[in-house]
Amino acid sequence: MIVSIEEHGAVVTLSLQEERLDAHNSNELKSQLLNLFEEGKNKIIIDLADVRFIDSSGLGALVSGFKNASSRDGSLKLCSLQTQVKSMFELTRLHRVFEIFPNPEEALASF
Amino acid sequence: MKNQLEMDIKVPNQTRYLGLIGKIGEDIAYTLKNYNNDRDELAYHINLVLTEAMANTIKHANSNDPCKDVHITINVSDENLCIKVYDQGQGFDISTTGTALPEPTDDHGRGIFLINTLMDSVTYKNCGNGNVLEMKKRLN
Repeated sequence: MIVSIEEHGAVVTLSLQEERLDAHNSNELKSQLLNLFEEGKNKIIIDLADVRFIDSSGLGALVSGFKNASSRDGSLKLCSLQTQVKSMFELTRLHRVFEIFPNPEEALASF
Repeated sequence: MKNQLEMDIKVPNQTRYLGLIGKIGEDIAYTLKNYNNDRDELAYHINLVLTEAMANTIKHANSNDPCKDVHITINVSDENLCIKVYDQGQGFDISTTGTALPEPTDDHGRGIFLINTLMDSVTYKNCGNGNVLEMKKRLN
């Protein structure tokens, strides 16, 4: 999985440079997030601008990261969702779980 | 054959082929002649149900065995889409894997919910040496 990582103070932004987040690569995202948590980083933004397809495994990996961040008194927020990807969050009601922002700047300002 | 598409696909039981199968599903949505609703949405939905069904088969029914195959047939007419995904394993109970949406913070369990939500009829039954998941959707 190709991911670019940027740090702004205590906040880490992961930009997924993949078209699909599915059962093939969602475990890699989980591992990347676990590595960050183990380094004590628990304020995370995931930028999904390049992701045009997400399945239940991809949603599950994000939920897993959300729970891990919350249990460490941090948070995991999302930004830049494409229309069809956003509709998957609505269909599974996960838009009520995650804080979702239109762009990384607004997500960063929310911390 | 009158405006009927019939596809018969076999791929190794590996998740690296999910994108390929999903793309075929998307392309089908864009080749339909008389579809009047949102084509981008239909393309996503066909991609998604194929991805979910195949991932379920790879992991649960075919036990992640890379030597097994996943066999998929897709039949499309002007009125209907019918997708069948065949596995070579013990199968799973679709009634207990849940048609309800899992708790918001559960990591798993949304795949079958999504298939049931996006398709009009879903059945899973024994078939020869394995099982077949049949998913149908009206297109008009």
